[in-house]
Amino acid sequence: MFGAGGGTSSYQEVEETDFVLLWGSNARTAHPIYFHHVLKGIRNGAAMYAVDPRLTDSAKFADAWLGIDVGTDIALANALAREIIASDLHAPEFIQHATTGFEQFAEHVDSYTLDFAAEITGVEAGSIKDLAHRYATAESAQILWTLGITEHHNGVENVLSLCNLALLTGHVGRWGSGLVPLRGQNNVQGGGDMGALPNKLPGFQDVNDPIARKKFEELYGVALNPRPGLHLTLMFEAMSKGELSGLYIIGENPAESEADVQRARTLLEGLDFLVVQDIFMTRTAEMADVVLPASVGWAESEGTVTSSERRVQRVRAALTPPEGARHDHDIIGDLAECMNVPWPARSPEELWDELRTLSSMHRGMSYARLEEHQGLQWPCPDNDHPGTTYLHSWLWEEDLGGREPAPFSLTEHSGPKEALSSEFPIRLTTGRVLDSFNTGVQSRGYRSPIRSGSDLEISPMDAEHLGLSNGEEVVVSSPRGSVKMTITIERDQPRGLAFTTFHFPELVDLNVLTNDQWDPLSGTAEFKAAAIRIDKLTGHDRA
Amino acid sequence: MSNDHVSLVINEQPVTVGAGTTILEAAQSLGIAIPTLCWAENLTPANVCRLCVVEAEGARTLVPACSRACEDGAEIRTDTNRVAQSRRMVLELLDSTNDLSQSPELQTLIDEYGADSSRYTDPATPEPSPKIEDDLFIRAYDRCVLCYKCVEACGEDAQFSFAISIADRGFDARVSTEYDVPLPESACVYCGNCIGVCPTNALQFKTEFDLREASDWRPEDQEVTETICSYCGVGCTLELHTQDNQIVKVTSPADHSVTSGHLCVKGRFGWEYLQAPVYRPPSDP
Repeated sequence: MFGAGGGTSSYQEVEETDFVLLWGSNARTAHPIYFHHVLKGIRNGAAMYAVDPRLTDSAKFADAWLGIDVGTDIALANALAREIIASDLHAPEFIQHATTGFEQFAEHVDSYTLDFAAEITGVEAGSIKDLAHRYATAESAQILWTLGITEHHNGVENVLSLCNLALLTGHVGRWGSGLVPLRGQNNVQGGGDMGALPNKLPGFQDVNDPIARKKFEELYGVALNPRPGLHLTLMFEAMSKGELSGLYIIGENPAESEADVQRARTLLEGLDFLVVQDIFMTRTAEMADVVLPASVGWAESEGTVTSSERRVQRVRAALTPPEGARHDHDIIGDLAECMNVPWPARSPEELWDELRTLSSMHRGMSYARLEEHQGLQWPCPDNDHPGTTYLHSWLWEEDLGGREPAPFSLTEHSGPKEALSSEFPIRLTTGRVLDSFNTGVQSRGYRSPIRSGSDLEISPMDAEHLGLSNGEEVVVSSPRGSVKMTITIERDQPRGLAFTTFHFPELVDLNVLTNDQWDPLSGTAEFKAAAIRIDKLTGHDRA
Repeated sequence: MSNDHVSLVINEQPVTVGAGTTILEAAQSLGIAIPTLCWAENLTPANVCRLCVVEAEGARTLVPACSRACEDGAEIRTDTNRVAQSRRMVLELLDSTNDLSQSPELQTLIDEYGADSSRYTDPATPEPSPKIEDDLFIRAYDRCVLCYKCVEACGEDAQFSFAISIADRGFDARVSTEYDVPLPESACVYCGNCIGVCPTNALQFKTEFDLREASDWRPEDQEVTETICSYCGVGCTLELHTQDNQIVKVTSPADHSVTSGHLCVKGRFGWEYLQAPVYRPPSDP
């Protein structure tokens, strides 16, 4: 945000902050060890407010839970902003010094009154007002979020709406104040940092910037394509138009993880050529023309990963991979040589040192220093640099460090793409449970005694209305398809909202139901909001 | 001398430390070793084992170094006969009722202090052991010395699950779930942070237990490799303990800023897919 693709703050800061706003994140379940830091903060006296459609395990630790209707986050954020401005709790000096567009922003959010927002979000006006005042008047405050914010058709606008709140109050660029998106996978951050984004080179350098490109071209001795590539969602669009006919997938299982997954499978099946490089014979790998068996990145191979606090840390080989499985970097290096591309750096450390010559934010992170410091947080531009605990301190510098001020963004409430209807009257949202992970490729392989998450959780009111009992098998349908599921009646579940996980595609092909309408700015699908119907089994279904 | 520092003498060596520093920490800064059992760097001292006692000039009783803050002008001795005798008796009492064979640090102390538990006869009867209620870890309470570390790690020092506490008093005191229900039915979330802090191996990975039962637990053949967990984006450091190209247990360094030595169920146990995948659907817990 504000020009850098990473969370602003260190984990340690949440232990010392005064106010935690947990928004669309069930960190207690999905990021348990991060939540230990949150709990230390609460123990040290921080207040925590939770915004979530569900009374999650995390929200149960909060001073207040704002049970928001799915997909109405912008209405809530804009109402918080309006209330902060109307009560004169914003930070005029900071706004004047470090931001642009405040006047238009204030005008824009003026229609988001407490009552208007209460009607849209389902959160009481008094609770919205209380949160606005607590956040704005805290000495330091952090906003934490995860996929509850981003897995919407307007996920980027959701994020920008939260950034507005930080700019309005000056809760950014200081120790204990910041914006913290928790990353869902162990190297999502590192993947982006290393240029695994369609428009970026490593270190967030733009593909279409000729000066940045030149560094890479000189090193590799080849001209680089200046046109940004496609992200995953656009690749599927291109497949549907016949513009993309070959795919090389490394460590991803889209045949189970994509929203509207039946469509995704059809498109994958229609490819002329599919290569899958993975540690397991996943459902996606089963569809491939060529499968390249890979070693396990974190336990059989050397390298680095980067965490949600921008900490680059070493992974190391503890085990010898099975016969025939090869390291990702060896496979890719050999492929490059087959294509007659010079590939001078071959070992993980050589590749890393090469990266350090190309990405200034990683320059000071030698393997030896990473070892010595238990990892380092980027940016770390030279060998004497201690790494950076929090980002954007320039917002407080006299000349803004020579940068442009940070702009307010104008965002408008639009609700989920798929409206509820008489045919599909229940909102389905998805999330993780503690002991499982994504499509279960890793987590189904250990014998957890607390395994759960394949059921559809509904409220006692909905169960009564639909005449359903605990453990009953039902048919769940969305406009895209139907699956059989088992009902769990969950006391804390709000009326009209159903919840389940996506960890057990072999039992419940859940992504048959989810909505693949996606955010044009991020490419992320609206996994968090589908419209469904729950039907009792007929004699035919039971057969 | 400012208010935020205190000066004292330990074993005739003067030292100045920040206010609130414990005697244990001050002694460590001088290179003076004090044995501990219920203390750990990632937990609040439970202050129950009395192994770390030292003599403070002018104090009637011995004081616990792990939790007593340094006082200005104090004179501390860690090496007197009175201290040694007290520690010896604590070790003898523990050894008389508990199987300490799997805690090498306590064995070293027993030798060092010449503790002889044979002079205590007719010890309290420990609970039947081990409890094996799932596939992840076992609880062998005949090795439990009631140091409270597992209770602290499960509670306010890390996990906030409060699945276990000390039930009953005196000889009947024991670590228990609520109403002594089996672990899978309790509030336990299987983070294994209790295993991580247990000093006597009363709590241990099922993998370790099985290898010991098969007389194939060979610490001398094991290696420990630090890496990063493969699940969520928090980036927890894992110490993979391997034997014969198999992971046999997983720990995390107590001094790491990300984990403080604590993990979740996926990081602690979620590696099984690497070596012996066992499919266990949610309907079959």
